[in-house]
Amino acid sequence: MSPSPEAIAVAAILIVVIAAYALFGGADFGGGIWDLVAGSAERGAAPRELIDESITPVWEANHVWLVFILVLTWTAFPPAFAAIMTALFVPLSLSALGIVLRGAGFAFRHTAERLHMQQLTGALFAAASLITPFFMGTVVGAIATGQVPVHPAGNVLADWTSPTAILTGFLFVAACAYISAVFLVLEARQRGHRDLTRYFSLRATAAGVVTGALAGGTFAELSASAPYVYHRLTGIALPLVAISIAAGIAVLGMLWLRWYHAVFLRATAAIAVATVVWGWGLAQYPYLFPTSLPLVTGSAPTAALVSEFVVAGLAVLLVAPGFALLYFLQQRRMLTAAETDADLRRAAQLEQARPSQPAAAPASTETRITAALVLALIAIRAIRDVFSPSRRR
Amino acid sequence: MDALTHVLAVSAVNPVPARSQMGSSLGFHIILACFGIAFAAVTMVAEWIGIRRGDAAALLLARRWSKVMAVLVAVGAVSGTVLSYEMGLLWPGLMGRFGAAIGFPFSLEGIFFFLEAIFVGVYLYGWNRLSPWAHWWSGMPIVVSGILGAMSVVAANAWMNSPAGYTLSGGKLTSVDPVSVYFNASMPYETAHMILAAYMVTGFLVAGVYAVGLLRGRRDRYHRLGFAIPFTIAGICAPLQVMMGDIIARFIASNQPVKFAAMEYVTTTSRNVPEWLGGIFINGKVYFGAAIPSFNSILVGFSPHTKVIGWDSVPASLRPPLVSLIHLSFDLMVGIGFFLFALAAWQGWWWWFHRRLLLTPWFLVPCAVSGVAAVAAMEAGWIVTEVGRQPWIVYRVLLVSQAVTSSGGVPVTLGVMLVLYAILTVVSIGVPMVMSRRWRRGAPAEEEAEQVPYGPPVRP
Repeated sequence: MSPSPEAIAVAAILIVVIAAYALFGGADFGGGIWDLVAGSAERGAAPRELIDESITPVWEANHVWLVFILVLTWTAFPPAFAAIMTALFVPLSLSALGIVLRGAGFAFRHTAERLHMQQLTGALFAAASLITPFFMGTVVGAIATGQVPVHPAGNVLADWTSPTAILTGFLFVAACAYISAVFLVLEARQRGHRDLTRYFSLRATAAGVVTGALAGGTFAELSASAPYVYHRLTGIALPLVAISIAAGIAVLGMLWLRWYHAVFLRATAAIAVATVVWGWGLAQYPYLFPTSLPLVTGSAPTAALVSEFVVAGLAVLLVAPGFALLYFLQQRRMLTAAETDADLRRAAQLEQARPSQPAAAPASTETRITAALVLALIAIRAIRDVFSPSRRR
Repeated sequence: MDALTHVLAVSAVNPVPARSQMGSSLGFHIILACFGIAFAAVTMVAEWIGIRRGDAAALLLARRWSKVMAVLVAVGAVSGTVLSYEMGLLWPGLMGRFGAAIGFPFSLEGIFFFLEAIFVGVYLYGWNRLSPWAHWWSGMPIVVSGILGAMSVVAANAWMNSPAGYTLSGGKLTSVDPVSVYFNASMPYETAHMILAAYMVTGFLVAGVYAVGLLRGRRDRYHRLGFAIPFTIAGICAPLQVMMGDIIARFIASNQPVKFAAMEYVTTTSRNVPEWLGGIFINGKVYFGAAIPSFNSILVGFSPHTKVIGWDSVPASLRPPLVSLIHLSFDLMVGIGFFLFALAAWQGWWWWFHRRLLLTPWFLVPCAVSGVAAVAAMEAGWIVTEVGRQPWIVYRVLLVSQAVTSSGGVPVTLGVMLVLYAILTVVSIGVPMVMSRRWRRGAPAEEEAEQVPYGPPVRP
């Protein structure tokens, strides 16, 4: 019995959403990883600032991709969702913990006034960026190797601690670092930071090589631990694997040639990651858990699947223009941080207008620069203090 | 009854840790969710007054509120993500069986969450460059998606009280009607109740902050507006909420009689049922409570002879636990509801006859605690509806003990979560306080350096 077209279509939507999360969320986590390993204060300040600037507008949207993955899975494939959530309780809880720490660290990092609070929130943010993708990777590894029982009696430690699952965890971390470094190369270039472009270009190359090696290792491991997926990956999904490898090599080539094309480089790196996700999806077909839970028995009634098309349609109709507007406004520099409200306060008669009010305008620029310098110094101190113990070791 | 005895025969995992974790994370998230639903509307009213009348104090309020909103909505996004994890981590038995049914409202909620996040970014960082009215309109999608998102997610909860729109055969879900799932019998009541509650919690909390400022002698236009705008919004909702509550109680008496019996201490199905105010239920008797004879029957059916169904209508194992908690929570919610209604009526009376704000300490002191009271009422309301549904997770369909995870790690995650959320609570309250202290110091440089986690960073 082959799965219904609706089930296949929703599975395809799910895989596309997972690929989107791998790209956008991955770049986001990767930024945190590079923040973590940026080193001493002098060396680390510039890259950290760039990372902070490029993550800030997008981190919120990435949560929503994840929420969509969860909701889509439970709506369209409830038995699989229940089994995964039970058997992989531990790594999933740990990745949720990472998300809380990361979000909280990020939300309060900019508002933290005192030094030790800034240290704490910064460290939380960076460490959580490492934890979350690793445990998500072990979850995917456990699913791909068919280790998740259809009716688990409780959480199963062996599922996600198999060599394949652990390797997948490391692969996820490396892939996040890789995609993020490639994007950061372009962010640095856009802002005209030559040295940072080189800095991230070097790291993107290194991360690319490591990711490739880890992918090769995981692939080899799959031949023994997941024969079905391996068979499909070397069979029907081979073109996707080949595209991914070719794109990966192309990115390395572009980086080596220093051909930092804003569209091509980004797209090629995105293809290298997305095709792996698609290849994994295709290799699992027609199983949710190879080879114990096929799509046919694991999918929801047709009406529930159709309702997800409606939701996907609404997303395209409502969310896509919203995003377009957001990026349009951002590109046109329409979205800026609000100015000082000193004049508003004066107008509200909260403060007495100072006698030298006309002279106050140029002075405010000076105060601004001074404040920025003071804050930068505080930030440098904070970062140095957070990372100094690991440097001494 | 055959299905019930079958259901009861299933061996149960202890669901208390999972219940506690779900309850506490929901209880935490719901407060932030209120700000996600209603704060944008409050801010936009201030901005409207500011633009329309060229009122700088109102504009300043709107700008500052939007900054606080960004922090609260960000924390709410994180705690909301955790909740969608917990739906699976804690209740795989529910999601495995009925995930397809309640997935539709949750999916819609996801869309509105997306829209809200996008337009919060536009609204927060569009203050400088967008024209005043364009900026004002960019807040509108936040208000609309806040209301629709709340409707969707509460519809999923309502479905657990009034399951509809699905067919089971042999214990397996064979067909789903997403529209009937969404518009289930409880949905209109629960969603209206919750959205009004969100506006009341936000309004009274914000008004309470400025009531404290007014009490401390900061009586300028900035503080008077900061009090009046949110108080008016919440005050308009208060009488509607009291009416809504009365209607819902009657609906529950017919739709979920056992929950109603626990709310009102109705032990046996009978007529001339008294209304208990307060009191603790121990071994079949109510202590320390005051009973109004036949009043419960009158409230349910407008006649003392109305028959009210008691909890003796179901076997002891299918009655909710902790009846005293349910009843006292219900009384607390109703009491606070009337207290807030009275506050709103007091101010309304004064305004009607004097055309100016009532700002005496006698009025402002209760206003200062009105926000905390509104939060307490909302939490009590959720305790009533959630504990009152026990032992069912889906009323009369699925028991909590059948839905709970068989993983052993829940006590650990419960402990970690309690610690984390305690810290998050302190910080969520602390950050706006630090912000307001900075604002009062009036150091423009500090104000400039402040960043919030949406939109692009400051570029001097």
